[in-house]
Order: sequence, then C-alpha cells, then structure tokens
Amino acid sequence: MSDLALTKPLTARIVECGGHVDLDAYERAGGYTALRKAVTTMDALSVQTLVKDAGLRGRGGAGFVAGLKWSFVAIGAKRLPGHTYLVCNADEMEPGTFKDRYLMENDPHLLIEGAAIASFAIEADIAYIFLRGDYYQAGDSLDEAVAAAYAKGYLGKNIFGTGFNLELRVHRSAGRYICGEETALLNALEGKRAQPRTKPPFPPVSGAWGRPSVVNNCETLCNVPAILRNGIDWYKALGKATDAGTKLYGISGRVNKPGLWELPIGTTMRELLEVHAGGMQPGRKFKALMPGGASTSFFVESELDTPMDFAGVAAAKRRMGTGTMVVIDDTVCPIGLLRNLEHFFAQESCGFCTPCRDGLPWVEQLLADIDEGRGTPEVMKLLESNANFIGVPGNTFCLHATGAIEPLFSAFAQFKDDFEEHIRLGHCPYQKRPQHKHAEATGR
Amino acid sequence: MSASTQVNAGEARLIPLLSEIEVAAIEHECAHLPNRESAVIDALRIVQGQRGWVSDESVRGIAQLLGISTEAVDAIATFYSLIHRRPVGRNIVKYCDSVSCYVMGYEAVRDALIKQLGIAPGQTTADNRYTLLPTVCVGACDHAPALIINQDLIFNATPTDVAEVLARYE
Repeated sequence: MSDLALTKPLTARIVECGGHVDLDAYERAGGYTALRKAVTTMDALSVQTLVKDAGLRGRGGAGFVAGLKWSFVAIGAKRLPGHTYLVCNADEMEPGTFKDRYLMENDPHLLIEGAAIASFAIEADIAYIFLRGDYYQAGDSLDEAVAAAYAKGYLGKNIFGTGFNLELRVHRSAGRYICGEETALLNALEGKRAQPRTKPPFPPVSGAWGRPSVVNNCETLCNVPAILRNGIDWYKALGKATDAGTKLYGISGRVNKPGLWELPIGTTMRELLEVHAGGMQPGRKFKALMPGGASTSFFVESELDTPMDFAGVAAAKRRMGTGTMVVIDDTVCPIGLLRNLEHFFAQESCGFCTPCRDGLPWVEQLLADIDEGRGTPEVMKLLESNANFIGVPGNTFCLHATGAIEPLFSAFAQFKDDFEEHIRLGHCPYQKRPQHKHAEATGR
Repeated sequence: MSASTQVNAGEARLIPLLSEIEVAAIEHECAHLPNRESAVIDALRIVQGQRGWVSDESVRGIAQLLGISTEAVDAIATFYSLIHRRPVGRNIVKYCDSVSCYVMGYEAVRDALIKQLGIAPGQTTADNRYTLLPTVCVGACDHAPALIINQDLIFNATPTDVAEVLARYE
C-alpha cells in the first residue's frame, strides 16, 4: 500500500492510476485484502464493532454511525431464516453533490469491496447497488467491475473458501430524488412508487421485501475496506476535528478552481474555499455557501471557520449534508436561488402527503411573487406561515419538506434585507443575475 | 364498421404487445426477484431501451406478463422521470436546472437550446431528431452548467457552443 493511501484512502488509487482503477490495479494496491481479512479471520460482530469503534459516520448526509446501524440487524443464532439485504444508496441526486459518481466511475472495486464487507458484517446474502439512472458511465464501470469480482471469486458462492455467499446486483433507478430516503428507496427497489414507509419498523428489522436490510451511502461503504486494513487508531487520527476519517469535499459555484478533494474530515470551510478552491473568481465576492446540498442552511463569511464535520456543523445548529458545498457569490439573488431550490423540492415531492405535495408549490409561487416584484408584507407573512407549518418535522410524512424548508428558514434570518428590499422596490435589485423564468414544462 | 376493419382489429389483438427479446429480458429479471411484480421498473426500462418510450400497448403487455393491473404499471411508469410515456426524438437533450447550474447561469444555456432547436422543453423537433427536457442535478456541479445528451455528460456548456454540441448527434 502506498503512503498516499494512508492519508487518502478513498482516492489514492485513482490519483496513482491517473483515473479509472481496474481490478489488477486495485489488487496491486492491496484491494480485496480487507475482505479476505474480514471473512477469513473475523466474525460479523467483530467487523461491526471495529467499524463502529472507528467512528465511521454515514456520508449520505445524516451522519449516523455506520457500525451502529449494522448492529440493529439480527445475526448469529438470532438471524432470521431467508434473505438479509445490504443496499448501497448510490442514487446521488442532492443538488450540488457530485462525490459518489466520481468514486463509482473511477474506483468501482472500492465500493464492491466495502459492500461485501458490510454484507459480511450483517450476514447479508444479497447486496444491491441502487444506482442513479442517469449515471451511465458509473453503471458501465460497476457492471464491468462486478463481473470481474465474480470471476475472481470475490463475489458469489463460498468466498475465500469460507462458506460466505454474496450475490451483488446493480439496480438502475428510474429517477426520483425521494429515492434517497431509505424506505422510499426500498419501495423503488421492490418495483413500487418511491413513497417513504412508516417508521418503525426500521429497515434493519423490516426492509426490502420485508427482510432485514441496511441501507448505506456509497461513500460510507467506500470507507470500510481501509478501516479493516489499518485499524481504529489510524482512522480516528485522520480526522482534523471531532469526527473520524477523511471526507470527499466538493465546491461548485464562481470560485477559481471548482472541484472535489479528499481531505481530513473537519477541514474548515475557509480552507476548502480559499486554499483548495482557490478563492472567488476575480470580480466576484463571497456571499454565502450551502455546506452539503440543496437541503442545507446557508453559512456566511463570519462563519467560515466552522469545521466541516458532522459535529462541527451541528454545533453551529445546522447540518453538513453531503459535504459538497455550493458557493453563492454577490451577483446571485438569494430570492431567485431559493426559488430554484423550492422548484426542485416541489417537483420532487412524492405527492403522498398533502402539506408537502401542495405546500411546496405554494412556497415556490410565493417566492416567484417576491422575485418578480409582486411581493407585499402579506405575501411574506404567508410564506413564513407556510414554512412554519411544512418545515416542522411531524407535519409531513417524511423529511422531504423539512429539508426543503431548511434553506428557507436560514434565508429568513440571513437574507432578511434581500426579502425586504424586493418588497420595498417592487423588483429584483440584482442586475447581473441570470434571467430566471419558469417557462418550461416541469413534467409534473 | 366494415368486415375488413373487423378482421384487422382481430389480427391486432393477436400481435404480442411485447417482443420476444423484451419478454426474455423481463423474465431474466423476474428470475432473481422474490415476486414478479417487483420487476415492473426493470420491465419499463427494458421496453424503453428497445423502443425509446413506453406506449399504452407496452404498459398492457408488461401488466399481462407480470400478472398485475395496467393501472398498477402506469402508476409506476408515470412516477419516475426517466420513463417516457410519450414518443421521444432520436436524441434526448437534458439541461440541468439545479442549484449549482443555476449559480453558473444554466438559464442562458437553456434559452440557447430552445432557440437553436425551435422547441420548448418537453417537445420534440419536427424531424424527430431531438427532444428537449430539464433534469435535476446530474452530479457534474464542478463543471456547471451541465447537459446530458443521451448517455453523454457535457461539461461547462455555454450558450455559444450549444449548436456545435447538438450537431454531434444525428
């Protein structure tokens, strides 16, 4: 294993290969030795404990401790007869997020090995990679890698001669954001409409086809092999602040070098923006950023020293989300931006519960009124009252609407002046921003 | 109704709603699922892969093959954005309209596409060459604005280069 793999366990092979890592290259870099170690020298419980104690938290956005999630599945003497499923959530669709695509296109065996180890840890016999339907290149890369892994005996029957069997399939989604919600994802996997399920029961008790199931994000599973190889102390020491490991961070927007970097988790927003993304483009000033997708709150200049880990962003009473940041410059009207965000959430509501299905389009319309100069104090009040209803967990069936309203709540506080100025002037004061008209058919 | 049209209608009912290739591919999916209805999304994708879109006849065919109602199949087909229930052109041009592409000015790219193709989003050109659609975030935010044409991801699209990009797709 290279030195780089000790500081960048997710991306070292991609850097060293200059792109796509095939099975030969993956094996040369120590690939599948972690799976071998798990299945030939450990039992399921000890793998669970190792990953839990390493402090790996779910990289899909929620930050739940991965090993703890695995521990909710009945294993050993308590294992139920029949299938147990490991499902990788690779349905990356959070606006502003582009990390899992990079991993799957370039190092598919890392995900396969991580999924196989996780399957061993929960005694799953079937694993699914639930892939974003639009990720064609990632799908090709995974198909080829899965076939190669079967041919080498890393998947299939009697893996490493131990009697551990695992079937792994790639399921291509037909496309809806709500599939990112794990119970909606399971419904989609079963060939149903992707509407979230009542919880409890949680998936580890009753998941895919009513069987025990664990749903883990792609990046989360990609963290697992190196934890097995290098241990708890190594993994914990990788983090810069409270949480453990590395994180794939990304920045998009009007910065000099938009991109994706694997860095110690807990790297500050300022370092990401100023060092790795090279600061703002000439002539643009930083206004705010969203730390991890469309459903996260805004951070302004004075908050940029926040460490980008789950604990650090939670201490600022917000969520890190996916860790791929959207940077907003001074030419972007926050009202137009919010309108864009709420258009997305309104379109992607599954439609099952009324407050979300009807409330989000209403929120979008009220923002359009303000954006286009029809805003009044009454419109503002109505917008706030809508947000205060559908943005509160428990008033809607799942957290889709809550996530949708999170940036809006944040904007009420951080961009108060912008709302007031639109209403006072009767038009949008941002001259340079792009025209934003929703003339197109939304397909709803 | 004339006798000949009645005969034609009768013959039409005998024409299978799905091709042999489609049936074989759908049965292949069914074989490793706990029940047949779980294959409905796969079935829709298989049919669309063969025909470009999913017609009412195909919906009926899938329903018959999987042993579920036509309505159940259509409920799935209309839920998912990647399933087309109307005919589409030879090339599907999708522009990302999510937040990073918004910040980077996707709207100018969209407007250039509309102008170049002479159609509104959701429409197909008269020569059946292009269908224009919006899409949510395609995971290329560091290269925004992004397009997906068929299976190709197009990075850093600009209003001036859309004509050249479109020309690559016959």
